[in-house]
Amino acid sequence: MEYTEKVIENFSCPKHVGELEDANGVGQVGSPACGDIMKIFLKINDEDIIENASFKTFGCGAAVASSSMATDMIIGKSIEEAGKLKNSDVVDALGGLPDVKIHCSVLAAEAIQAAIQDYKTKKA
Amino acid sequence: MKRIYLDHAATTPVDPAVVEVMVSSLKDNFGNPSSVYAEGRTAKKSIDAARAQVAKAINADPREIFFTASGSEADNWAIKGIAMKNQAKGNHIITTKIEHHAILHTCQYLEKHGFEVTYLPVDKDGLISLEDLRNAIRKETILVSIMFANNEIGTIEPIREIGKIVKEKGIVFHTDAVQALGNIPIDVKDLNVDLLSVSAHKIYGPKGIGALYIRKGLPIDNLIHGGGQERKKRAGTENTPEIVAFGKAAELATEHLETNINHMKTLRDQLIKGVTERIPKVRLNGHPQKRLPGNANFCFEYIEGESILLSLDIIGIAGSSGSACTSGSLDPSHVLLAIGLPAGMAHGSLRLTIGKSTTPEDIDYVVDNLVGIIQRLRAMSPIDADNPIDSAVFDKADHHH
Repeated sequence: MEYTEKVIENFSCPKHVGELEDANGVGQVGSPACGDIMKIFLKINDEDIIENASFKTFGCGAAVASSSMATDMIIGKSIEEAGKLKNSDVVDALGGLPDVKIHCSVLAAEAIQAAIQDYKTKKA
Repeated sequence: MKRIYLDHAATTPVDPAVVEVMVSSLKDNFGNPSSVYAEGRTAKKSIDAARAQVAKAINADPREIFFTASGSEADNWAIKGIAMKNQAKGNHIITTKIEHHAILHTCQYLEKHGFEVTYLPVDKDGLISLEDLRNAIRKETILVSIMFANNEIGTIEPIREIGKIVKEKGIVFHTDAVQALGNIPIDVKDLNVDLLSVSAHKIYGPKGIGALYIRKGLPIDNLIHGGGQERKKRAGTENTPEIVAFGKAAELATEHLETNINHMKTLRDQLIKGVTERIPKVRLNGHPQKRLPGNANFCFEYIEGESILLSLDIIGIAGSSGSACTSGSLDPSHVLLAIGLPAGMAHGSLRLTIGKSTTPEDIDYVVDNLVGIIQRLRAMSPIDADNPIDSAVFDKADHHH
């Protein structure tokens, strides 16, 4: 099993790590039993645009890299666009993931959707 | 970049002296050992010498050593060979929950073919209970297979005591000693074992060669059928270069056993002390005293093992983990679960195994860097003392099942 340089780069120097103090949408998916938990924080403005995003992840190199890449990809996008982010988009942006690690990218897409849902629920 | 190899339980670098005898055998000793002419006789002679070297390492008679293609084959042969030979007597086998997969999967295979298997539990340190063993023995029990030392957590089982109990009942006793050879003195005569598996590549020999010790006179079925090699017990033209290499590796392991043990123990203790003193929320897995001299296995709370391995690899350190992410399966190590660790904790394990070329400076470098790596990964984790792992279970937990 080998990671791409892009994965290693996103694992070694991940972007957007930590909690967002002013987050208004937070989503967490995964389970410790499976070995990964991903928590996504979103700061969404009145026009439903994601102004900022960050993550905290318990997981393998691919999970950290997927979190880093996914948060980077949705900043500046509307929640509608971000909600449509597919796991394959994250995989492509990382230059590929080993087969056994594809679920990490699924987790990232799901965590973003969960965070958007949390924002919508709070807003309603 | 300098590499620091701390995964000697996985495999070891081949000793230059071993390479030398192996290459020389490959070049000049091509004859088929079964042939009557000079080339065959030379090959046969070198195999006999190697057999004596391996026998000496475990205080066996050379005629009790049978070469196999791996430790896994030796394990398969011991289990299946005894099961098939004794199926008229009984269909019950006793082993443990922490065996290597070469034993566990072989037993599971036999379960599909009418055998019953008891998997003994272990305590928090990885030791089986002799009482449990006594209670598990039935009149149908034909085989007990309990590993000498565990490959993951390093715990050494009370083989001598187990052997005594099993012998009294007249049951065959096998031990997987793949991790023990070269790390613990082994004396098959003293241990009451009938069968014992070993492998060359854990003792600075090449991969692809192992051996099964079969106590003289013990009836066992063959696993590999064919020609009459290995005194008609294991078919296949002998792998002369690897056998010769195994012999040399065994000789070196025997000769330097005490020095190697002391060297590894000192560095292991330095590593365990450094890690447990400088890193909070860490657990040492395996028995604190009854453990392999080169084995250190830790669980770091709140983080996952593969990310530790990757971080170490980037700075030149090779280690291993019981995390599911390193095995391609979804479940963490069966050994760590058997000693009672919750899955989340088991995912955060790191095994570092020391070898004869490891230095005190290597250990200092590892400890110094591990402090920062654990800190960085914990800062990244959504789990901590305030957000414990149990509350972090979400409804989408089945995302990849």
